Amino acid sequence: MNPIAEVFSQRTTAGQLAFIPFVTAGDPDLSVTTRVITELAHAGADLIEVGFPYSDPIADGPVIQASYTRALNNKIKLVDIFAAVESLKGQVKPPLLAMVSYAIIFRHGPQAFVDHAVKAGFSGLIVPDLPGDEAAEFAKLVDAADLALIQLVAPTTPAERMKKILEQASGFVYCIAVAGTTGAREALPGDLAAMLKSLRATTTLPLAVGFGLSRPDQIRALHGLANGGIVGSALVKHLEAATNAESTVVAVQRIAAAARELALAAHGK
Amino acid sequence: MTVSIASPATSQVPDLEGRFGEFGRRFVPETLMYALEQLTTEYHKAQRDPKFQQQLDGLLRTFVGRPNPLYFAERLTKMCGGAQIYLKREDLNHTGAHKINNTIGQTLLTLRMGKTRVIAETGAGQHGVATATACARFGLPCVVYMGEEDVRRQKLNVFIMKTMGAEVRPVTSGSRTLRDAINEAMRDWMASVADTHYIIGSVVGPHPFPMMVRDFQAVIGREARAQCLEETGRLPDEVVACVGGGSNSAGMFYPFVEDKTVALTGIEAGGRSSEPGQHASTLSYGAKGVLHGSYSYVLQDEDGQTADVHSISAGLDYPGVGPEHSYWKDTGRVQYVAIRDQEALDTMQLVARTEGIIPALESSHAMAYALRRAKERAKTDVIVVCLSGRGDKDLNEVARLTNQTI
Ligand SMILES: Cc1ncc(COP(=O)(O)O)c(C=O)c1O
Repeated sequence: MNPIAEVFSQRTTAGQLAFIPFVTAGDPDLSVTTRVITELAHAGADLIEVGFPYSDPIADGPVIQASYTRALNNKIKLVDIFAAVESLKGQVKPPLLAMVSYAIIFRHGPQAFVDHAVKAGFSGLIVPDLPGDEAAEFAKLVDAADLALIQLVAPTTPAERMKKILEQASGFVYCIAVAGTTGAREALPGDLAAMLKSLRATTTLPLAVGFGLSRPDQIRALHGLANGGIVGSALVKHLEAATNAESTVVAVQRIAAAARELALAAHGK
Repeated sequence: MTVSIASPATSQVPDLEGRFGEFGRRFVPETLMYALEQLTTEYHKAQRDPKFQQQLDGLLRTFVGRPNPLYFAERLTKMCGGAQIYLKREDLNHTGAHKINNTIGQTLLTLRMGKTRVIAETGAGQHGVATATACARFGLPCVVYMGEEDVRRQKLNVFIMKTMGAEVRPVTSGSRTLRDAINEAMRDWMASVADTHYIIGSVVGPHPFPMMVRDFQAVIGREARAQCLEETGRLPDEVVACVGGGSNSAGMFYPFVEDKTVALTGIEAGGRSSEPGQHASTLSYGAKGVLHGSYSYVLQDEDGQTADVHSISAGLDYPGVGPEHSYWKDTGRVQYVAIRDQEALDTMQLVARTEGIIPALESSHAMAYALRRAKERAKTDVIVVCLSGRGDKDLNEVARLTNQTI
């Protein structure tokens, strides 16, 4: 069984949610990133999203933008990200997903990118600016490499489009909770439950909810509606303070502590 | 990726998916896809609606001041001693540039779609001013995103926008210029798409923007073509326009695409040199890639990170270019040439003294090439240049660069 499917199947059978944290590669540098990934795994992460810094991330709010900017200011390179992730092979259990702009994939060469992702040990790719309509060609390459290409649906997606998107989906469905960019929201929109119910009626794939989630109670509220919760900005924001060795240790500890609480919320029933 | 075999350029682009040859398309988050589909449908309906066209034509005539003249630059022609130089006077439009042709059209579309709020990005401030103006005319609230660096460079335009009732939001992310202003406008749109229309200012972004903005700007080329025929009895030998995102040039070139005897030349910002970071010549030095929702030529590093760019003119200071220009480049229909800062600056002053017209720094790039080219061409040849805007907005910066005080 595909490692992503296996994670969801275990959690769902146990009546639990998968906890899916996000971390930026290279913020402030890759040695911190590998430490954070290791800590997230210990804290109970079921899948981990690794964000590839991009200079023009349209879907991201201020926290992740700033994180990408810090990484790029430190001259983070694609080859180094792949090498760092590869160095974790066999050491962290949760499958890793690359969250990456199509601008980067295209420039690197779509086939070369897929090859490098496989070699590094990624299990899937999330490409937020490659909507279903444009994804067919790339999806073939990803599929041939046995990776999952995670499809996203938004609150603004009409029913007709949703059906088409789901036809191409694999791994899980990334349900965007809010119309807007990434970043913590005080409250999630009231129509989220309705969107999840309608998705549930249309697909057997696991549903993971992201964009806007930051607190354990928001994760808890997903029980019975979804199969997983994704949290990014609320964790990444701790890295803002990581400016020297000492503050970096503290930042990593804070991320780990926050992740433990979120994992508990996901894994409690 | 498939390699396209160079067949001649046609004006029958884009296709239904927004492809100009291989370029264009839609690389945006799913959240925006529905709005883009809705906009495409509404735009096609408007195109077929005589009432919409009538209203647009009426506003262009009485509010913008169209048609503007095709002016024979007699003294510049004499000075060069070669081809006859004609100027398409977009600088005489209300608000002083071509940008308003597009904002009037898109504001009418906003109203048709029942949307109640408008957002825009701006670099030099000309598109921001043109959007604020159209929104004031129709009573729509308007937010303009502008890089902090450009807010500093273009103070007068910021004040004009505010006077028109628009809110100007300085953008402090990334390079703090046009490219980041577009990112910020897109992010606003992600959250506001249900009631807000994003009036993009050039032929860039996801489908249908490159097609729609070209169509609204094509009035430039249609008028210039008819005026040239009337004035000289023939088509021009060469048509010249500057290329930032590429809207005045796309509007100027498009009606000439099928006129195979007419050479088309787009002028990019050559900046200080051809070194990376020192120019904004996307078509001259860039590679194929994805930026701001479309696939086109782009200036980026080997990892796909957008490169820093430089130009003396804020309106050309952009690392991407509209996908139709990439199509025209690869089919060979349009030649692209880079003109450097200093030559544009000198040309601005020369044109001011010789013809009594102060062109925008953007347009001065096109003028600089046209003057060079006129010298090489026969006296019977005709060159038409798009004078995309007037230079008032640049004079503070020009004074600073030439050590003068205002
Ligand atoms: C006068 C003028 N010309 C040209 C441009 C460049 O834009 P485009 O290439 O879309 O015409 C601008 C942009 O601000 C402008 O203000």
